[in-house]
Amino acid sequence: MYVELKNINKSFGDFKASDDVSFEVEKGKLVGLLGPSGSGKTTILRMLAGLEKQDSGDIYINGMNVNSLPASERGIGFVFQSYALFPFMTVNANIAYGLKVQKKDKAFIKQRVDELLELVGLPDVGKRYPDQLSGGQRQRIALARALAPQPELLLLDEPFAAIDAKVRKELRTWLRETIDKIGITSIFVTHDQDEAIEVADEIIITNQGRVEQVGNPVEIYLEPKTPFVAQFIGQSVMIDDIGRLKGFTAPNGKGTAVIRPEFLEINKFEDDGYHEFESAMEDAVVEDISFRGNAFEVRADIDGIKVIGRYPLSSPKLKRGDSVKIFIKKLYTIDGGTTEILVNKALDVSDLYYI
Amino acid sequence: MEKNTKRSSSGVWQKILRCGVISWIIIITVWGLGSLAYDEYFLPSPKETLDSLLLLIKNGTLWADIVASVGRVVKGWLLAIVFAVPSGLLIGNFKHVRWLVEPILSFFRFVPAIALTTLFLMWFGVGEESKVALIFYASFFPIFVNTIAGVATTDKSLVEAASCMGAKKARTFFTVVIPSAVANVYTGIRLGLSSSFICVIAAEMLVGSNGLGYLINSSKLYYKTSWAFAGIVTLAVIGFLADRLLQFAGKKLLKHFGVK
Repeated sequence: MYVELKNINKSFGDFKASDDVSFEVEKGKLVGLLGPSGSGKTTILRMLAGLEKQDSGDIYINGMNVNSLPASERGIGFVFQSYALFPFMTVNANIAYGLKVQKKDKAFIKQRVDELLELVGLPDVGKRYPDQLSGGQRQRIALARALAPQPELLLLDEPFAAIDAKVRKELRTWLRETIDKIGITSIFVTHDQDEAIEVADEIIITNQGRVEQVGNPVEIYLEPKTPFVAQFIGQSVMIDDIGRLKGFTAPNGKGTAVIRPEFLEINKFEDDGYHEFESAMEDAVVEDISFRGNAFEVRADIDGIKVIGRYPLSSPKLKRGDSVKIFIKKLYTIDGGTTEILVNKALDVSDLYYI
Repeated sequence: MEKNTKRSSSGVWQKILRCGVISWIIIITVWGLGSLAYDEYFLPSPKETLDSLLLLIKNGTLWADIVASVGRVVKGWLLAIVFAVPSGLLIGNFKHVRWLVEPILSFFRFVPAIALTTLFLMWFGVGEESKVALIFYASFFPIFVNTIAGVATTDKSLVEAASCMGAKKARTFFTVVIPSAVANVYTGIRLGLSSSFICVIAAEMLVGSNGLGYLINSSKLYYKTSWAFAGIVTLAVIGFLADRLLQFAGKKLLKHFGVK
């Protein structure tokens, strides 16, 4: 393993930022540290960089224990959320900073700076100052500066947080491609699950200073291991009493569960014909409907249980107050610290062809 | 077309208003009208003030006084810069020293230089030294305090960025901390200059035989109120020009250090 954290603990006063954190990162992987704000993800990144010191536990980089190594000797590239470009230096001087520290000769520095400006797609901004660049450009320059001294590990703290939505999407793809091109092991922090799912090879989900789950995006999405992950990922809705829903009985009498929009099938039957699973469907009232590009997002009320689902654009038109029938295909039950997938019983007995 | 000319003419008006010409016309008019109600020994008119000014220029007194005052200001102020900036940079960088110095600073902040005039006269004599020392004291504090603040408020992420790129403390201090403090140091230097001007007048009014403060103070001996006015106007003009010059230089040279 290239990066290893073993039983890391860190407190700020009464606040436990890291609670026995352990994980490993393979060489060359792009890993996303995902969690709500205050979950301790940035602290982990800062401890890795040597900007913060853990209270206990060990950090290994490339097999070497770096506990007592200051930030200046770890050789890690760090991209700050606020970019932290030196405002009193030109772009060229910013990128050259780390190379000057390494006492490289002038010709080499110039060549490397040009190379990096080329890499980040901004070959003409070298003589400008950071305040003459847009947010997205600053982000690219911050990355170029972090990469200039050829670090073995790149850390990015909320790299897209300060950039407007449209550029953010573009920049995500670009970052993924750029990191692939160099093949550098990278860890980035984000609170945005779409960002993590889209960009990362592997996601580490943190909550209240603990690591909840580590896995690739598909695994995390389809098989959440803890109740927190089940709720946090996807557009999830928590319900309290699944015993009230048709086709489900609560295991051990505990009935808390999470429903994702894709687990619902919303129907508006305009004829009285035969419909598969109709007896297993819940009667619901549409509370709100909004257009989401590829589908409608429907908020509905099943006798007091509020759910969110998708409704195809091609289906009969829906409006607020309409009665619909909702088939709940499956849900994630939550029992203490574990979570499990529960499939509607109607699907168990019928032909699997219809799933 | 018509709309365009309208907009540009209102733009011209805004420019005139902003450059302050109108404000000056108003002040001088009010002053002129006010002076009609009093005799010249109480409130000399703008015209009488100008006449005195021309007379003082002609006989060379004004020029000699300007040179004396400005010379003292520049000496004391430059001396203060030379001492306050480096010590402020160092003290700001070491928080333990800063904590040691801060209580002393906040104590002396409420002791204006003028309050020390008598002491300085006893310690440094009635010559140039006491005046320069007083100006030094007056401009040292704003420069020192602002320099310390500039260092102490350096954006932490800039320092961290430097250390992630391998920079050790000394290099970070020279390449990141000092440049970050420049805007504050500059503000301190400007404030120091204005306190120097206040101070030099007070010192010259108390002792000495030349300078603008002496001119203003001695006008009472000759019952020449208009001389005092001439001195005050000269002082205002010099102070204004000096500050504008400093501001212009700051904007031109230190733009990228956050000086606005």
